[in-house]
Amino acid sequence: MTVGDIVSATPVSEEGPLNVGPEGAKKIEGRSPWRLAFERLRRDKAALISMIVIVLIVVVAIIAPVFKHLTGHPPNQQYFDTGLTPDGLPRGPTGTFVLGTDDLGRDILVRLAYGARISLLVGVVATFLTVAIGTLVGLAAGYFGKIVDTVLARLIDVMLSIPFLLFAISLASVFQTGLKIVIIVLAIFGWSSVARIVRGQVLSIREREYVEAARSMGAGSWRIMLIDILPNVIAPIIVYTTLLIPVSIVGEATLSFLGVGVQPPTADWGQMIADAQTSNAVEHAWWFLVFPSVALLITTLAFNIFGDGVRDAFDPRSDRVFR
Amino acid sequence: MALLEVNDLQVSFSTPDGVLKAVRGLSFSVDEGKTLGIVGESGSGKSVATQTIMGLTQGARISGEALFEGHDLLQMSTHQLQHIRGAQVGMIFQDPLSSLHPYYRVGWQLIEMIRAHDKSVGKHKARDRAVELLRLVGIPQPDRRVDDFPHQFSGGMRQRAMIAMAMALNPKLVIADEPTTALDVTVQAQVLAVMKRLQEEFGTAIIMITHDLGVIADVADDVVVMYAGKAMETGDRSTIFYRHHNPYTEGLLLSLPAYGDDRERLHPISGQPPSLITLPAGCPFRPRCPYAFDKCVEEPPLFDIGRAGDHQSACWLPTDMRKREKVRRDTLGKAAEVVAVDTSEV
Amino acid sequence: MSVDGAAQSDGEVLLRVTDVKKHFPVQSAAFFRRSHDFVHAVDGVSLELRRGETLGLVGETGCGKSTLARCIMRLYDITDGTVEFEGRDITKLSTRSMRPIRRDMQMIFQDPYGSLNPRRRVGSIIGDPFAIHGLADGKSRKSKVQEVMELVGLNPEHYNRFPAEFSGGQRQRIGVARALALRPKLIVCDEPVSALDVSIQAQIINLLSDLQEELDLTYIFIAHDLSVVRHVSDRVAVMYLGKVAELGEVESVYGHARHPYTSALLSAVPLPDPERAKERERIILVGDVPSPVAPPSGCRFHPRCPKAKDLCVHEDPALVPRLDDPPGHVAACHFPVADGENIADSTPEIGIEERIVEEGLVGNV
Repeated sequence: MTVGDIVSATPVSEEGPLNVGPEGAKKIEGRSPWRLAFERLRRDKAALISMIVIVLIVVVAIIAPVFKHLTGHPPNQQYFDTGLTPDGLPRGPTGTFVLGTDDLGRDILVRLAYGARISLLVGVVATFLTVAIGTLVGLAAGYFGKIVDTVLARLIDVMLSIPFLLFAISLASVFQTGLKIVIIVLAIFGWSSVARIVRGQVLSIREREYVEAARSMGAGSWRIMLIDILPNVIAPIIVYTTLLIPVSIVGEATLSFLGVGVQPPTADWGQMIADAQTSNAVEHAWWFLVFPSVALLITTLAFNIFGDGVRDAFDPRSDRVFR
Repeated sequence: MALLEVNDLQVSFSTPDGVLKAVRGLSFSVDEGKTLGIVGESGSGKSVATQTIMGLTQGARISGEALFEGHDLLQMSTHQLQHIRGAQVGMIFQDPLSSLHPYYRVGWQLIEMIRAHDKSVGKHKARDRAVELLRLVGIPQPDRRVDDFPHQFSGGMRQRAMIAMAMALNPKLVIADEPTTALDVTVQAQVLAVMKRLQEEFGTAIIMITHDLGVIADVADDVVVMYAGKAMETGDRSTIFYRHHNPYTEGLLLSLPAYGDDRERLHPISGQPPSLITLPAGCPFRPRCPYAFDKCVEEPPLFDIGRAGDHQSACWLPTDMRKREKVRRDTLGKAAEVVAVDTSEV
Repeated sequence: MSVDGAAQSDGEVLLRVTDVKKHFPVQSAAFFRRSHDFVHAVDGVSLELRRGETLGLVGETGCGKSTLARCIMRLYDITDGTVEFEGRDITKLSTRSMRPIRRDMQMIFQDPYGSLNPRRRVGSIIGDPFAIHGLADGKSRKSKVQEVMELVGLNPEHYNRFPAEFSGGQRQRIGVARALALRPKLIVCDEPVSALDVSIQAQIINLLSDLQEELDLTYIFIAHDLSVVRHVSDRVAVMYLGKVAELGEVESVYGHARHPYTSALLSAVPLPDPERAKERERIILVGDVPSPVAPPSGCRFHPRCPKAKDLCVHEDPALVPRLDDPPGHVAACHFPVADGENIADSTPEIGIEERIVEEGLVGNV
């Protein structure tokens, strides 16, 4: 028996005329499951720190032009004189180039700031597209069942069995490479796993008595889907969304690294790592590879830890209760 | 000497909302060959108490003592407890799948159980014993059924198989936690009959934990009535049913449609059980008690009613049953008002 | 097969269920193959429900009582038979034409935790019927909802709370309020108190009977607890494996049970009274309820029946008055139990060997 079982077996005290406890002073306004989750999240230190990190990265992305003005270095400007050593190697971190330069003499700090914009943009847009498609498909498959479900479930299986990288590379070679195609590729490959999760949730929620109650009162399919089912699958969707953002960011970086994503000279983390990888200069200039990699690592780590926190907040029965 | 003697058991858990006091100073004892019924509603602490004794609660703060044949179970190591569980104390739960593994044959699990505690028993002998056990609990064609998987058994048969597991090593004590709650009445009757017969045959002591006073009336020799982690009243079966002292016991019985003569209206206990995190001061039943008076803001100890030890009740009403009747009738006027308020709300 | 009994009642028939069947296909894992096995959940049930009465529906797990309730509520499509509500056949009505009728028939569910959407506020849950039928908006809806909340003994100020903030009993009141919101004529209560603690059970039972008196409600009350059903019902139907085994006025059925299954069921009820429990003769049935996929031939109870004879194996008994019972008390049994007869010691008179082979039973317990 865990604490969770006991807590759930303990009814909430009511403020009846006969029962005046400390709870009697509680506000009449109900504490919504959302607020409870938020309050739990607020108590989670790791999640809080990672959220601060995420906010910092967002701020850096937004104020990227400020870096440009402060340093006086546009992201794609190549400084062959000042940015490279006489041997033509990248310069290490100095006063002018705080995080050093790359093999073309560009300012890594400024490029990282601009790269954050692409990473976040792709991370957020691709994720939302993915989640929207996945939720719709999952809802439809789970709720309508029967033939709709069979067809959609097979489609999900097919999608999950296509090798991502091969498909992405060939798609990008047919169409023009660029941001849009990256987002579309990520969404096409992401939605099926979201749909699978949502479908599973809907299948179990569809059998709940409150859905039966709604049907017994004469509620139509749309009403049941939107009012009775969707709010109950939204928590796992939110959790999955926060965990999907870093996946999308890494996915974008991977595609750009392979050259089928964002094209040079646009500043992009994946592209920067690829440049460093392919350049001979990296043997002498560690900063060239390390800073973009660290930026990617910190960002995905922050989103992942935050996602874990969100999951714990929505699912108080998980083991963290004992803290 | 009692087989199991529990003294002042306290169990609490820390939760994000505060400290949850699941059991607050519970004492009881079970004699050899007897059945002790622990009855209470959800959240009364009846299951937590016995699970704690058997070392099955995690993350709890525990105090008190639980002497099994003179040895304190609460001080034992996990290893020692493991030896006691099964060999000395068998356990039966509401959900048979909690002790029957779905991927192994029922017979194999029984044989493992027997051989784990006594390596000297040969495979064939253990199998014969397993068949014998299944026959004892009334599984039809036990020599064939012994090779079935749990899912091939019906609910009632699984419950009986679990009883067979609990009885496999001839334990001195069986703890049954709501063993028949998930079963239909006709199957419940079968299972209770099996347990009674096994008790007569082997002299096993049983702790029967249930919310069903009907089950208690059927099988228990002695009864502990629990509420909000405390024993409200203890006594033998007929005392609890016919000469109870505590207003909570009275309330429980009066809420049952099957109790007493046919009545137009039932007499429910008003209000809701308290939260175990924010317990009311004094007697935990005070907010719902029709006889509550000023003394009740202080928590009552278990008073002896009549001869010491036979019948105890945690209530400030006079221990003399005749005086109690008078106080009861005096407060009835007030109680009528309370009932009136209650129905006007309805 | 006709269910007599209307003759002796002055109540008008509100609901008539005629030979209703509900068969579910057995779920098969195969993708392309269709299953040909069916669970005979309800297999030919006829009932009449009169305005203002409470009909209790009892039986063990899998007897089809909840399925029958959902057929009546048209939550399931009926395989065969008809359901008439106020004289109108609702069996084949579309979702749209069913909607106005749903205002008059509501349901209370078993699980006080599962039947309320945890993400919605209580006010909006109870207001659902108004919203679905477009009956009251904004302020007027709120005042109507609060009126019902008061009616069922909830604090109307808790309008904005969430279900998780209530205890089991309070939640069941919310479910009752939702069912009452549109002042229906019929309420189907599917095990409304089974999940509640005893002290709370009585509160809800009293509430339901008060409401019935006040609002002139008709109930179908489903429960596995026979003492609860006895307390609340006027008439009771005992179901076994998808069929009605016995039906009649409560006192008549409980006092003069004719079907051996009813007798066994009644004798198995745990009595909270040690003296009476000791006096009573227990009939302990053999084995378990057979699978509803392939119900036994003839009388469905014959494999477990202590009085079974060869006739029971071959012929399904009709549901008619037995011995000298009033016309309203019917039982489906060839060899009904006489008053004072003790069937605990009876032994079936069909070949024991055959029974063991057929049903896998041994008369041990």
